[in-house]
Amino acid sequence: MKPRRKDGYHAVAWQEPIILEMGTPGERGVLLPPAGEGITRVVGDVLESIPADIRRRNPPRLPELSQPQVLRHYLRLSQMSLGADLNLDISQGTCTMKYSPKVNERLVSMPELTELHPYQDVDTVQGVLEVMYRFESILKAVSGMDRFTFQPGGGAQGIYTNACIIRAYHESRGQANQRTEIITTIFSHPADAACPATAGFKVITLYPDGRGYPDLDALKAAVSERTAGLMITNPEDTGVFNPRIREFVDLVHAAGGLCAYDQANANGILGVTRAREAGFDMCHFNLHKTFSSPHGSSGPASGAVGVINELARFLPVPTLEFDGDKHYLDYDRPETIGKVRGFHGNVPAVVRAYAWVMSLGAKGLRLVADTSVLNNNYMAMKMAAIPGVAIAYPEARARLDQIRYSWEPLKRKTGVGTEDVRRRMVDFGLQSYFESHHPWVVPEPFTLEPDETYSKDDIDEYVEVMRHISDEAHSSPEIVLGAPHQSTISRIDESALDDPKRWAMTWRAHLRKRSGTEPMRVTLPSISEPGR
Amino acid sequence: MTGSVQRRVKRLGLIVNPVAGMGGRVGLKGTDGPEVLAQASELGAKPEAPGRAIEALVRLARLSDKVLVFSYPGEMGEDEARSAGLEPVVIGSIVPGRTTGADTERAAREMAALGVDLLLFAGGDGTARNVCAAWGAGVPVVGIPAGVKIHSAVYATGPRSAGDLAALFLEGKVSRTREAEVMDIDEAAFREGRVSGRLFGYLTVPVQAGMNQALKAASRGGEERALDGIAAEIVDRMKDGGLYLVGPGTTTRAVFQRLGLAKTLLGVDAVQSGRLVASDANERALLTLLAGGTSGRIVVTPIGGQGFVFGRGNQQLSPGVIHKVGREGIIVVATAGKMASLGGNPLLVDTGDSRLDDELGGYVRVLTGYRRELVYRVASSTSSPVEPARTRRRGGVE
Repeated sequence: MKPRRKDGYHAVAWQEPIILEMGTPGERGVLLPPAGEGITRVVGDVLESIPADIRRRNPPRLPELSQPQVLRHYLRLSQMSLGADLNLDISQGTCTMKYSPKVNERLVSMPELTELHPYQDVDTVQGVLEVMYRFESILKAVSGMDRFTFQPGGGAQGIYTNACIIRAYHESRGQANQRTEIITTIFSHPADAACPATAGFKVITLYPDGRGYPDLDALKAAVSERTAGLMITNPEDTGVFNPRIREFVDLVHAAGGLCAYDQANANGILGVTRAREAGFDMCHFNLHKTFSSPHGSSGPASGAVGVINELARFLPVPTLEFDGDKHYLDYDRPETIGKVRGFHGNVPAVVRAYAWVMSLGAKGLRLVADTSVLNNNYMAMKMAAIPGVAIAYPEARARLDQIRYSWEPLKRKTGVGTEDVRRRMVDFGLQSYFESHHPWVVPEPFTLEPDETYSKDDIDEYVEVMRHISDEAHSSPEIVLGAPHQSTISRIDESALDDPKRWAMTWRAHLRKRSGTEPMRVTLPSISEPGR
Repeated sequence: MTGSVQRRVKRLGLIVNPVAGMGGRVGLKGTDGPEVLAQASELGAKPEAPGRAIEALVRLARLSDKVLVFSYPGEMGEDEARSAGLEPVVIGSIVPGRTTGADTERAAREMAALGVDLLLFAGGDGTARNVCAAWGAGVPVVGIPAGVKIHSAVYATGPRSAGDLAALFLEGKVSRTREAEVMDIDEAAFREGRVSGRLFGYLTVPVQAGMNQALKAASRGGEERALDGIAAEIVDRMKDGGLYLVGPGTTTRAVFQRLGLAKTLLGVDAVQSGRLVASDANERALLTLLAGGTSGRIVVTPIGGQGFVFGRGNQQLSPGVIHKVGREGIIVVATAGKMASLGGNPLLVDTGDSRLDDELGGYVRVLTGYRRELVYRVASSTSSPVEPARTRRRGGVE
């Protein structure tokens, strides 16, 4: 089949206002009935216990809408966005946007799961604890680690958990004050620098060597008696796999540090290589990347953290235990780092990941890795043939499941750069691609990841759009520079992104910064009163 | 954003150094001075600057109703403006075919007096230096790179980006600015194969927001926070009571701002226990300070787009001073964005003492923020020659 570009595509443009601009005072979605005389008499004034000085004088300025309005509003917004189920989500390199089987959504929607409460007696939740216990066994086999926790609610929290465990380990040896430095690389995920910094460490970042590989000599210059640990990804953002990873780990171990493997995206190495064999002490997996649980627009996610036996005593509480007869939760762990999040983590993410692995089996997991690497290398061959595209660090050979590309040759020749192409591609029904984490070490970057979900035709269609935009850049660059033309909105003024004076995290801040004054306070009817 | 009423039509000043770039193609490494220029003409050099200026000005043609262009006569701007479809108000006078740096300086002074909102000029490092000498600080400039030597950070990466940046600024779509280095290199020495650069001053340039490489390398806000972080870390370290010799640059100035002290932007200042002990010190003064036996530290930031840690703009930090302080006493500071702009090329040292340069090679820890360091390669500039062509792509505005 010849790849077909979606030339006639046009995105939905509802011109939908912000919800805070909608509605009518007094309008309600639900009219709550009065509590009834008997209940009121017994309960009294439920607000009475709230001290007067922390009570709101005015009710919050919440939008007041009916149910159909709310439904229409959010359905329209959903139509104006491109999600993994609507487009070829190859664009989000490093995010591993694979197909999330819909049958797994049925599983996690079952009341047997949704009606559970974390405070329930463990005797009544043996089933879900068994699922979690079994999935822990699976991750142990995949990574070679000895124990796992599912408590972290995302990848960065998983890395933070590992940083806390590194700190606890050195504290237990009386070296916390001496070992203050975490080493990472510039092409590891930025959370490998940010999380240890949040945990109080100083962060030392290594630049790659001239060929794009992590620089072993730079590591030698960086390790010392102050080294607390190494926190890195492999393959890195560039898609380059560090073949000397064992030497990196050994060097840090010899200096007295621990090594944490950021395996948020392990798609290219499932069943191929493990953290254990590379000598790592700990790792983490994003169940919402490699293990097909949906990203869900920043959650619910799961950063499953695995450690070797020697570090298991530091894991967050509770750990999930099995005595051969019964599953139970263990809070009695004196050296634990405590809790990084409430309860046992995002259980639906674990259930989906478990279902996904069970449907594939061990050989299937290996096939996932092989297919995603094959897809990526097929796509790289086609992308490299497009005029204006370069592969960052062409000398680095082994590329696994993603690649950082560069439009620098195109930019130099035509003036069309990566931001311009990014705005143009949405005109063909494709989500704008991920460029790079900051700083941009690779100029005019973009990062693509065609994981095992995508067929040859899908990849061909995607590449065809890129080729078409490159053609446009050469023949009529104004089309690309003026894009998007077929999207929900036209080009927006991005200068505010750079000006803190114009940033607004809330609607109230937006109004204040736009008008220069605090918005007028309007006294609304109390929300405890039914609409009049 | 609030739609404030435009005060008046925006005014743009335009200066073209018509002979900039002539030496490059014929291998003369610059055209400073009439003899070299004559030599370049004999070798068949063609003017490069007019064409490049037109390329930039074409990008501004759509604003012809909204912008009043002031230019110098003939080849110094008038011709180029007309070729690009703009109708300039011509000021001043020149001797055609015989323009010099003095014309550039005079033009810049007169345009400053006219209250232009932006000065667009085409040339190389020498031109930037002339502008810098005549220009009051504050009003932004955009450089169209047309010279042989482009070490100054006031230049956009190319003529088109210079035109676009000027247009965005005049339209009010870009309002953020920063101070950019004006670097120049002694051309006579350069021709003899020695590079002797110096930091001449700073000009204010608009910064293109969220649409270009320098900014995406690290957002402006992020850069400012990183500067604060670097300053906080250095001020923390200064609590050891040691003597700190702080080199030139806006990065190191942030340290002084945090201390509440005034920094000599182009010079080396010394601080001890929170007090300024020497301002704009020369080599001898620095050696005298170090003679007392107090432990000394050097705080430096790479100067210019090529990543020189020593030997460009901070020659006061001589081999003698560096020897006294020792390799361990050198603290290199730079934001992560500045380091990324080096394109993976090593930091360079050119102290004038090749043995010392070799000793300083290897890996250095660069302080990039509060408790943030990069491990980065350092090379002696003699062992890794810097090609002007490679320089041109870096260090620009864009």
